[in-house]
Amino acid sequence: MTQIKRRDFIKIAGATAAISAIGFPSIAAAGGKKKVVIVGGGTGGATAARYIRRADPSVEVTLIEPNEHYYTCYMSNEVIGGARSLDSIKFGYDGLRKHGVTVVHDMVTGIDAKGKKVSTKGGKSFSYDRCIVAPGISFKDNIAGYDEAAHEKMPHAWKAGNQTALLHKQLGAMADGGTVLIAPPPNPFRCPPGPYERACQIGNYLKMNKPKSKILILDSKDKFSKQKLFTQAFERHYKGIIEWVPAKDTGGGIKSVDAAAGTATTGSGDKHNAAVTNIIPAQHAGKIAHTAGLTNDSGWCPVDHKTFESSIHKGIHVIGDAAIQKPMPKSGYAANSQAKATAAAVVDLVNGREPGTPSWVNTCYSIVAPADGISVAMVYNFVDGKVAKVKGSGGLTSMDSSPAERAREVQYAYSWYNNITNDAFGG
Amino acid sequence: MPAKKSLAMLLGSILALGSTQLMAAPTASMLADTCAGCHGTDGSSMGPAIPNIAGVSAEYFNTVMKEYAEDDRASTIMGRIARGYTTEEIALMADLYAAKKPKSTSQKLDAAKVAAGSKLYKKNCSKCHDEKGTLPDDDSGILASQWLTYLQYSMEDFQAGHREMPKKMKKKVKKLSAAEIEGLLQFFASQQ
Repeated sequence: MTQIKRRDFIKIAGATAAISAIGFPSIAAAGGKKKVVIVGGGTGGATAARYIRRADPSVEVTLIEPNEHYYTCYMSNEVIGGARSLDSIKFGYDGLRKHGVTVVHDMVTGIDAKGKKVSTKGGKSFSYDRCIVAPGISFKDNIAGYDEAAHEKMPHAWKAGNQTALLHKQLGAMADGGTVLIAPPPNPFRCPPGPYERACQIGNYLKMNKPKSKILILDSKDKFSKQKLFTQAFERHYKGIIEWVPAKDTGGGIKSVDAAAGTATTGSGDKHNAAVTNIIPAQHAGKIAHTAGLTNDSGWCPVDHKTFESSIHKGIHVIGDAAIQKPMPKSGYAANSQAKATAAAVVDLVNGREPGTPSWVNTCYSIVAPADGISVAMVYNFVDGKVAKVKGSGGLTSMDSSPAERAREVQYAYSWYNNITNDAFGG
Repeated sequence: MPAKKSLAMLLGSILALGSTQLMAAPTASMLADTCAGCHGTDGSSMGPAIPNIAGVSAEYFNTVMKEYAEDDRASTIMGRIARGYTTEEIALMADLYAAKKPKSTSQKLDAAKVAAGSKLYKKNCSKCHDEKGTLPDDDSGILASQWLTYLQYSMEDFQAGHREMPKKMKKKVKKLSAAEIEGLLQFFASQQ
């Protein structure tokens, strides 16, 4: 403690400067309403809006989201397989309005970090003291020929809603004996266990309705999330139905499509003409994050993990899938958890207080058969300026857990779904 | 060189302040809000398999989390979560949830079973689960208005020996038929 290294001195000086920079405007703005603008009304954005209002009802919160309804990506695999309706994963914003959030249905087209203003397609401008950006993901052009028109022939169904309904409909129209091709994306992407849970949900539908059909997963990776548990599920419930092929056997999975001809071609040149083709492209942060200059070369948004404030533009926080949040996964639970920690930090910052120490949790359920659920969980804390896994916590469902425990995990998944959506959208 | 020394001391104290800020424990609400993703906002669950934790006694919360962390109480996921927190952090969450008011659940119950259970309650349960299971002070989980599915899971675990019953409860449960136990669970779930 007696010797202060130069590095530490710079840190201290920086921190002191940051505190005074925060302190001044809040004093200047005393008397005026503190304003937070949230861009994006998914799980992260909605949760942040609600929790800011809970913590400090004097803060004016405006949430800007183009759509009047949000369809959760989590549980949408059950819609694809027919186990639940599309309406059951649909949420509106009246719950947030009840909590005093101003919800504006418009598309944000620009964020002026210096002028602290958000502008929209509808020609409106919203000034803020702090902005939270929760734009989710957008797709990269990693698969040749997979343009907007191709999305309608070979749905990605990785943003829930019409795409989910379309994939479900295509499965319904498919003749028994057909092949469903699933092309999972490279890392990092939204919902790492999602493509494999999807295979199980579709597998369950085929087993009951079209037992001669097959699912071919042509992966762009050689390993994937919860792999042992999913492989167990493929063997246990979908033997002879689901086949997973690693990237190394196909030259990296699907590299191009011809949507009009209905074909998808691997890196090693094998052309597949499946009855249903589900292309899940590579991903990066949602569009507005790029427009607002919040992304780095990776296409995702670097943030200070204590407050999820952008490391590029001060005053703007990025949460959820779009943020670089490793070792947390890009999941709905992570977005919900980050939104709460960030909401607390933003409330502190607009009130001129130093934000406290954050804490996060992630829990992801995958329903691999009607009475077989698996999960991964982790508690995260803040160590040396970064999100870190708490040693000894978390982990996966045991490979040899009993059928009764697996059946409970399905019920826990359903109850979790009720709770997280109510927590985010305000019931 | 006194000027240099005092500068070093000043910087030292700022550094100490900085590091204590970094080391500070998260607040009770920072920790407890992470539970809400599964247990519902403020610990009032909207899903029948996951229990309400709003209003449970701090003693119960602390005990249960310790049991989960040490695998003394069966769980699918709670052991994995409980091992993520220190005793002090768990105590912060325990006090916060103990102060929350539980919301009544709205669930479909069988009136005949509830009535049958209400007749058995006094003789079998009332000594410990006082006031029809509405009091957190009895240091069990909240039974009144708890989700039936969760109560059924708990009883399955007790009977299978995955979760330890107090001696008196063990004796009582042994004598009751499956239908009688179901009646009692429905009765507790029906209490508001």
